[in-house]
Amino acid sequence: MGSSATAARTALGRYGEDVAARHLVESGMTVLARNWRCDLGEIDIVARRGDVLAVVEVKTRATTNFGSPLEGVTPRKAARLRRLAARWLAEHPVKPAEVRIDVIGVVIPHRGAPQVDHVQAVA
Amino acid sequence: MSLGRTRAVTLEGVRGRVVEVEADIGSGLPKMVLVGLPDTSLNESKDRCRAAVINSGETWPNRRVTVALSPASLPKSGSQYDLAIALAVLAAAGAVPAEPIRDAVLLGELALDGRLRAVPGVLPATLAAAQAGCRRVMVPEVNATEAGVVDGISVVAVRSLAHAVALLRGEEPPDDPPVEPLATTENLSWQGEDRWSGLDFADVRGQPAARRCVEVAAAGGHHLFLEGPPGAGKTMLAERLPGLLPDLEPEASLEVSAVHSIAGVLPADAPLVTRPPFLDPHHTASIAAIVGGGSRIIRPGAMSLAHRGVLFLDEAPEFACHVLEALRQPLERGSICIGRAERSATFPAHFVLVLAANPCPCGLDFGKDARCECTQAAKRRYKDRVSGPVRDRIDIYRKVEPVRRHEVRDELGGVEGTSVVASRVAAARARQQQRYSGTPWRVNGEVPGPALRATWPVHATGAAWLEEHLAAGHISARGADRALRLAWTVADLRGDDRPMLDHVKIAYALRLSEPLPAAWPTDLPLAAEVA
Repeated sequence: MGSSATAARTALGRYGEDVAARHLVESGMTVLARNWRCDLGEIDIVARRGDVLAVVEVKTRATTNFGSPLEGVTPRKAARLRRLAARWLAEHPVKPAEVRIDVIGVVIPHRGAPQVDHVQAVA
Repeated sequence: MSLGRTRAVTLEGVRGRVVEVEADIGSGLPKMVLVGLPDTSLNESKDRCRAAVINSGETWPNRRVTVALSPASLPKSGSQYDLAIALAVLAAAGAVPAEPIRDAVLLGELALDGRLRAVPGVLPATLAAAQAGCRRVMVPEVNATEAGVVDGISVVAVRSLAHAVALLRGEEPPDDPPVEPLATTENLSWQGEDRWSGLDFADVRGQPAARRCVEVAAAGGHHLFLEGPPGAGKTMLAERLPGLLPDLEPEASLEVSAVHSIAGVLPADAPLVTRPPFLDPHHTASIAAIVGGGSRIIRPGAMSLAHRGVLFLDEAPEFACHVLEALRQPLERGSICIGRAERSATFPAHFVLVLAANPCPCGLDFGKDARCECTQAAKRRYKDRVSGPVRDRIDIYRKVEPVRRHEVRDELGGVEGTSVVASRVAAARARQQQRYSGTPWRVNGEVPGPALRATWPVHATGAAWLEEHLAAGHISARGADRALRLAWTVADLRGDDRPMLDHVKIAYALRLSEPLPAAWPTDLPLAAEVA
């Protein structure tokens, strides 16, 4: 049972990331990478529009009973996202004028459309 | 619009300062930051406000919320900012119109379910708001009568955050339960608040001289020292002194109410203190209880709560020495300045001081055949506990002996009650007010000796008589000044324009506990008839 619950959460997370990526594309950004990993951890989405590069963390929840998904991003996690962004830039030949850390909260209710909350420049 | 702005008040002593409360909703992860030197109780406001907003059916913004309290360098404490912070955030989020609260002052602590709680100090806060030019305050319903005392400002009474939000949106307010008043010690007082209401001066039997001392103390605002054995009636006399004082004038009433409001002892149904207060702290009271204190929020002590009233220290020598010494500053200046590491506060402390003491530790050292067995050293120690500098500031000194049977018999039915004496006191006070109009003083007890001698000298015969006693060493120079003030009060009680020799003689007797002439000023022939 434990593994099926984990699987369900992973599936929810994947779906949330898909929703977030679609949201980014719809808002005019280009997705450069998804689920990029290194020894520091994982970046969910790297996206770009013009001179602006966004390193995006996606948080997905099925309900807001335990708070908004945005609240799942702790200051510690935000600090790690900064380090991840630096690592990604070091390993890729992209030189954007501005680098931003964004968080996208996705709520996927049992019924109805997913709700997306995009917070820019959090850290 | 992501900026909300309103105002609140921070209190330093009895003075309030208007504080601007700004809320900004910016990009960032959900977080609330409170800047502007909040202390712990104010920092906890973040969590109270958030819970109250959500439980009132409103939405807390899922963004970085920054609340700034300015002036930023002024330390702030207390929970009365909750309402201002919550509504500033809601205004920033666009949930309530921003314009109506921009120039209003909002006061009140929030419960987690959105109810408002009463806060202390609403009266001085409202006064400060009015002085800063605010036209509207929003306060917890139970504090509304208190705030309503201030002229020229409209008071909005609210029961809960939802109530306030509905009023701002122009909707029908919800039917919330009324705000509970602050729990004060008076709620627990088994004697009730009317402990002193039934006291009459006629209850005191015998003691004609001591009664006159109390009357003079009330008329001229003179400090009084009563010394006598247990059961002589010292406490009875002192408790009846406030009844002789006239009602507080509007200005004094506001001052007193402001102090009581900060102490949280102002009853909700009677927001204005109109009668002179009477405080009789026990002799085990600490210096903070008498003087006032506290590390962050500095609260007034008994001497400030007795402002414009009477502070009675029964068994004065039993009080801790440093407590008695702390009386010196207020006796001199009419105010007390309390300094702490983070801040200092000044409270008014202008009172009539009544000290009562036994003649010696056993209390039996009185009369011709004294049965006292105290050693001289013990008596000396006991007397020295009330130090010279404190004694020096006391105008009237009176030894009170137990009432004798013939004294009671003589005066059957002939004792003056509170109303008779109080009307004499009121007339005497009216004369003083007229004489001292345009000066900082109100009563004889406040006028410094040099000013009194220069501007309002007594008749030459009286002055010469006092000079003789001064030369003979019967009275000190400072004591002579005190006697001059008392002479004026005696003259005022009688309705004379200027103290004559008789008045000075009575004053001398009041000062040194000598037998008073049987004829009180009212019985004496008028000065005009003598001259």
